[in-house]
Amino acid sequence: MNSIIEIKDVSKAFGGVIANQSISINVAEGGITGLIGPNGSGKTTLFNSIVGHHPIDSGSIKFEGAEISTFKVQQIARLGLLRTFQQTRIYSKMNCVQNMLISIPHRTSGILDMFKAHSPETNERALELLEFVGLFSKRNLIAGDLSFGQQKLLEFAMALMNEPKVLLLDEPTAGINPTLINGLIDRLKMANEQFGVTLFVIEHNMRVIMNLAEHIYCLAHGELLAEGKPDDIQNDQRVVDAYLGAH
Amino acid sequence: MRLSQNSIALYVVVIALGFLASLLFPNELAQISGLVIVVVLIQTWILANKYMSVGQRAFVLYAVVIICGIAAPFAFPNYVTQIAILWLMILFALTWDMMGGQMGYNSLGNIIFFGVGMYASAIVQIGLYYDVAQYTSHAGAVKVQYDWFQYVFGMGLGLIAAAISAVVVAVVLGRVVFGLRGPYFAIGTLGAAIAAGELVGAWDYVGGGGGITMPTFPGSGDERSLFFYFALFGLALFTFAFLKWLYSRRYALAVNAIRDDEDKAEAMGIHTLRYKTVAWAMSAFLLGMSGAVFGNMSGFVEPLEVAFPTITFGIFMVLMALLGGKGTLWGPVLGAVVFHIIKELTWTYFLGWQWVALGMLIIINVAYFQQGILGWAQEKWPDFFGLTVDESDTREAAADASGEASK
Amino acid sequence: MDNISLLTMAPVLNVQLLVDGLLIGAIFALVAYGLALVWGVTNVKNLAQGDFVMMGGYIAYAMTLAGIHPFLALPVAIVLMFAFGWLIYKTVIYRVVDKDLFTSLLATFGIAIVVQQLLNLIFGPEVKIAESGFGIGEYLDGGLTVSNIKVIAFFLALALALVVVLFMKKSRMGQAIRATSQNARAARIMGIDTDKVYAITFALNAAICGAAGVLISMIWVIQPYFGTSYSIRAFVIVTAAGLGNLPGVIMAGLGLGALEQFGSFILGAEFQQAIVVGLLLVILVIRQIQQSRHRQVVK
Ligand SMILES: Nc1ncnc2c1ncn2[C@@H]1O[C@H](COP(=O)(O)OP(=O)(O)OP(=O)(O)O)[C@@H](O)[C@H]1O
Ligand SMILES: [Mg+2]
Repeated sequence: MNSIIEIKDVSKAFGGVIANQSISINVAEGGITGLIGPNGSGKTTLFNSIVGHHPIDSGSIKFEGAEISTFKVQQIARLGLLRTFQQTRIYSKMNCVQNMLISIPHRTSGILDMFKAHSPETNERALELLEFVGLFSKRNLIAGDLSFGQQKLLEFAMALMNEPKVLLLDEPTAGINPTLINGLIDRLKMANEQFGVTLFVIEHNMRVIMNLAEHIYCLAHGELLAEGKPDDIQNDQRVVDAYLGAH
Repeated sequence: MRLSQNSIALYVVVIALGFLASLLFPNELAQISGLVIVVVLIQTWILANKYMSVGQRAFVLYAVVIICGIAAPFAFPNYVTQIAILWLMILFALTWDMMGGQMGYNSLGNIIFFGVGMYASAIVQIGLYYDVAQYTSHAGAVKVQYDWFQYVFGMGLGLIAAAISAVVVAVVLGRVVFGLRGPYFAIGTLGAAIAAGELVGAWDYVGGGGGITMPTFPGSGDERSLFFYFALFGLALFTFAFLKWLYSRRYALAVNAIRDDEDKAEAMGIHTLRYKTVAWAMSAFLLGMSGAVFGNMSGFVEPLEVAFPTITFGIFMVLMALLGGKGTLWGPVLGAVVFHIIKELTWTYFLGWQWVALGMLIIINVAYFQQGILGWAQEKWPDFFGLTVDESDTREAAADASGEASK
Repeated sequence: MDNISLLTMAPVLNVQLLVDGLLIGAIFALVAYGLALVWGVTNVKNLAQGDFVMMGGYIAYAMTLAGIHPFLALPVAIVLMFAFGWLIYKTVIYRVVDKDLFTSLLATFGIAIVVQQLLNLIFGPEVKIAESGFGIGEYLDGGLTVSNIKVIAFFLALALALVVVLFMKKSRMGQAIRATSQNARAARIMGIDTDKVYAITFALNAAICGAAGVLISMIWVIQPYFGTSYSIRAFVIVTAAGLGNLPGVIMAGLGLGALEQFGSFILGAEFQQAIVVGLLLVILVIRQIQQSRHRQVVK
């Protein structure tokens, strides 16, 4: 399979803290790739580097073969590389439908498009996706009034509305009711298979990530510790040690 | 039972008659008839609430506002200037809200565009027939006399120049200040407004601190005040209509998204800088034109008190939008009306203490009445504003529910 | 512009301007330190900072009218302004302290207007000075003249700053204030009454401003509307130095004082306000350029 994201020797330090050190990762096109690691191991930092949230110190990040490590956040988003936030972010004073409507792709929108009305198809699509994540009944509520888990689902729906090529999900199941997690896994898989979105997922829940991902990378102390198929990772002594803090 | 179109027409006719009556008696009687109009309006409004759909209600409301606007200078001939300024205040509040309320970019320096427009029109209107530098160097000693054509043509060009130059300043200034967020943006724009006043005050070509006398209006005093009244009324009406249209577009959601979480908006690929620039430029366009009209209306243009009055008009616009309820269409309008009345009263009855009263108003407004008039009303009567929630689980159920409601 | 050549022809003038600038700059730094304190702890950007300064100045002026030496106004102003700051916190600021930043900015702006106008109604719009009766010292063979009170005020400002810094470092309240500024939530969990901390911080800042105002009333002039430029100066200094950077605040304060002296000497005194505002804009632009290299904005 082709790699849609190629990360090579990326390093990033905050003052004295080395959050990422010479990390190389490939995300396969059309697949689901996992990223795990103990708290503070640099996973979110890596996501931030990919989407242009901060400059990297060294290394290269390629998306569809083109270097993007100097691009700005918006440019990268418009290329079709989107992320959700660990601390869930939605437009808190707008209702769910409005949140969805403004999440349409902005790739080709010109300056006059801002004066267009919302097409009925867009409306329909927004409602469809809200139904897809199970928020249809909440559609007219102000998004800031939703529970944390519901906001997480809304954020996921908004990301799908944007029709990204790759979606970086930062802990999609954190804060979601355990009984709903299986449903969410199914939806992630459906997004991947039916909408053709490549997924790159940070996850602490081992059961979820082993179930979901085809290939997993493990970070520890800002370095790449291991990579491989879910089974290999699960049985890798270094990974087990890292999680138990025996490092 | 709903009020038919005919009954609406009837009310319109009654109001129009009241308006005509006021024309016939341009004295105390006229003012009494003005009162009658108000009573009729209130009656209409009560009936409208009882029997009309939201759409019809809106129609009546707009008709009433427009008719009042047209009738007002004839009904209250002694207050033409005050009511004209009220329209200007409404425009101020609405244009401030385009950035502050809708987009969360709280500018304290929007007055720049007002002043820039005013000076641009002054330069064009005088420069059309005279040499500006020479004119200003006489500091008002040369009175220019324009005929109707010269005056109106000059002012038309002046308006265009005002709008264009205000937009240019907005785009250039936007480049500088849009990298600032929150309080830095507010303080940066405040600084820019103060600096603009000081700069123009040091610019001899436009008369520096001494200012410029504008061309004299060719008609009589009454014609003059009516002319400027309708210019400001038209401008305010246009602003409102334009924003009503604009806020139904994709634009509205995008700027609201920027207000709620700009980082998220960027991460979703929204062209934030583009939206910010366009919003700022549009409000500059409207403010620039209003500045041109106001400069002509006051007859004299001067940097600190008339063109760049940072702590009067510049702060009023913020206060009015907050008072009425920012981030809504009607809030700033309501706020402007209430503020203007309060201000006129304090300026009349508490002269000397008016500024203290104004400062207190700011403090009470932001510390104890943050939601504004409209926000408060929406909390109190949610049904009236159509803020109800359909809790259906699926799209089919929702379709059924709405089908039932329309039966 | 002719004045530039004057500066090259009479080098001692440079020294004069520099000394004047540094002496007044210390007081700017004191006011800015107060602003940074409130900003860092409560996140309220106090636009009434300069007006608190003017209040202190008028307390000193009022005491000289009663025949009392303005030095004695120093403790009086500190106590009165502390009480005033406390009152303002308890009536207005506590309502806006957890609201969005523009709300608190505007609230303090309202306070600024009220204070200015009340001062104007009470004392009138003329400039005033609190006469301290000290002589003028001559240095460098008479080329450099410095009124003694300026030197005294300079050292008083330093001493005050030192007291505040010691208070912040050593006292229990100071430690609570610093803890709150780092993480208010954690401080609350640790049992610190953050509301009280906020109130004391705000009051402390008002007291600092009051003291600075007393000094200014002796060495310069006060006027009801001059407060605004002190507010802007404080913002310039804090924005340039950054929060929690005491040496930076001192350097920026002294620098601003000197820059202003040179600027208004060269361009003319009527441009003093324009110079301060221009400087604010320049610093904001520089900060933006710095931040954009980190793909960030100035927040
Ligand atoms: N903006 C920042 N400034 C300073 N240090 C930072 C910043 N962002 C992250 N760090 C540091 O970098 C390290 C990695 O943080 P990161 O958020 O990437 O961890 P993570 O793997 O996502 O952890 P978690 O599983 O808890 O979300 C941490 O030590 C963190 O303190
Ligand atoms: Mg993380």
